[in-house]
Amino acid sequence: MAAPILALRGVNKSFGPIDVLHDITLEVRPGEVLCLLGDNGAGKSTLIKIMSGVHQPSSGKIELDGAEVSFPTPRAAQDAGISTVHQFGGTFPLMSIGRSFFVGVEPTKGWGPFKVYDRRTANAVAVKAVQEMGITRITDGDRLVGGLSGGERQSLAIARAVHFGARVLILDEPTAALGVKQATHVLRIVNEAKKRGLAVIFITHQVMHAMAVGDHFAVLIRGAVAADFKKGEKTREEITDLMAGGASMASLEAEIEGYMASHGGHPPPPAA
Amino acid sequence: MTMNAASPSISAKPVAASGLSLGSLLRRPEAGAFLGLMAVMIFFAVFGGITFLQPAGMSSWLNVAANLGIIAIPVGLLMIAGELDISVGAMVPFGAMTVAVISGHYGMSIWLGIAVTLAFGLIVGLINGYLVIKTAVPSLIVTLGTLFAVQGIVLGLTVLITKSTSVALTVEGPAKAIFGDFLFGGQLQVMVIWWLVLTAAYVFFVHLSPKGNWLFAMGGDKVSARNAGIPTDRVTILLFVLSSTSAAFVGMCQAILYNSAQVAGGQSFIFNSIISVVVGGVLLTGGFGSVIGIFFGTITFAIVNQGIYYTDFDRNWSSLIIGVLLLGAVLMNNTFRKMALSYSPKKGAK
Repeated sequence: MAAPILALRGVNKSFGPIDVLHDITLEVRPGEVLCLLGDNGAGKSTLIKIMSGVHQPSSGKIELDGAEVSFPTPRAAQDAGISTVHQFGGTFPLMSIGRSFFVGVEPTKGWGPFKVYDRRTANAVAVKAVQEMGITRITDGDRLVGGLSGGERQSLAIARAVHFGARVLILDEPTAALGVKQATHVLRIVNEAKKRGLAVIFITHQVMHAMAVGDHFAVLIRGAVAADFKKGEKTREEITDLMAGGASMASLEAEIEGYMASHGGHPPPPAA
Repeated sequence: MTMNAASPSISAKPVAASGLSLGSLLRRPEAGAFLGLMAVMIFFAVFGGITFLQPAGMSSWLNVAANLGIIAIPVGLLMIAGELDISVGAMVPFGAMTVAVISGHYGMSIWLGIAVTLAFGLIVGLINGYLVIKTAVPSLIVTLGTLFAVQGIVLGLTVLITKSTSVALTVEGPAKAIFGDFLFGGQLQVMVIWWLVLTAAYVFFVHLSPKGNWLFAMGGDKVSARNAGIPTDRVTILLFVLSSTSAAFVGMCQAILYNSAQVAGGQSFIFNSIISVVVGGVLLTGGFGSVIGIFFGTITFAIVNQGIYYTDFDRNWSSLIIGVLLLGAVLMNNTFRKMALSYSPKKGAK
């Protein structure tokens, strides 16, 4: 088995007095899909934010290719090859597919001060990248992103991350807002990314979607890894039961919500 | 349309190569502005006769369009990037007064006056941009503050220095010819040349150079744009500097042209520039628009503004026409934008 690309070792995260993540140890290997399952409030988003450089762990370490690293900014995580795709994130509804794909790294042609944006190349590369990921319906790079379906937009964002050299792909609830057919598209793309040797961390609370593509599963309850198992080791019912957790999860949620309600909607500040 | 087009062959060729069909033209951001321009041209040609399309009539609205257009384009670019600048209304008299006080009241070199005027434009732009990125206060509020602050400075300092609210300025030689003269001894201001050259430069930077993409990304989703590596703060500041310097430039040129500067005036540029930009197809919330659209929008506004003099209508009605035009243009632009969004090249392909 290949060595893990990204690993968390005993990561804790607390916001003030509230422990959100507790002793998380996870690893993800190239060509593997790690599904992070958990109900709302289980700490999934906090965990993603730690892996993508938005938050720093209170304690514990992050390892990249076996060496300890820290990601002070989202940019640092991105430069290390960790791409996070949020729902609709990274795409611009009123821009063309080609322009949206190349935001920040626009291809040019011409010379000197008269270098111009190379629309033809941008469109061709963007369309090719998306088609290679299996979305063959996108054929015209001049179409506006906002005209695509939710699944296509998600696929475009994933194709973009893959094209620009992501090694670890973090997908934050990519299928949550999609219909069955659209979700299938996205799952196919996840499979494609896996085939190309990317490590995929797939966050979801839909067990069906997780089981369709996952190799490795971690169930998060009340900020701790409640179960960590391989494909085929547990049935769908068992996973669903696990996710539902105990009643204490509800109290944690209430605790955080209570804090936010009494602090004008702000989450607890990170610990110093 | 054809089923074989649906075959999943992975082709690297974009389907519509140039796309000069009527449909693709209508989906462009400037489509509404162009149709609006045609409509007002026909309207005034019918009711005002052809005079306003003859040289004398044309120069009246071209002059208005040029002065407004030089400000409207950077204001429009800010809007595309998701910001707003209304302090341009104070920057016009500020620019006029700065050059008049330095080169008129104190009698110093006109070039010094020009340099200081543009430097003040730059400084106010830096302040606007810096406040917007540092405080995250909406730019409407920030520039509303600088609008009043700059108005106060202009009035206070002018009266303090010159004991008057109007300052005379006489400029001769190349500075007059370059910044504030009439072309060929006629009625067309040299500003029209500036406007056309600047418009061409903006078209290049926004639509042809690779950096133009950044504005649209910032207006679409600032966080994603920043994540994609765009220096959003620097671009925002640059745009505010462009708009306030452009406004100061217009004020300066007017002072040189008319040989005097007043502390008042200039507020009309606030709404007029926003109207031109919105009629030109820029989305108020950012992310969509074009320089050519703003160009058309400015001409449309200028024709309505001036065309009324060539008709039998009382000129008091011109605001009504502008109001109706604005609403009509916005509705039309919305329709075209929806068309652009829902456009998909091959219906029936699966």
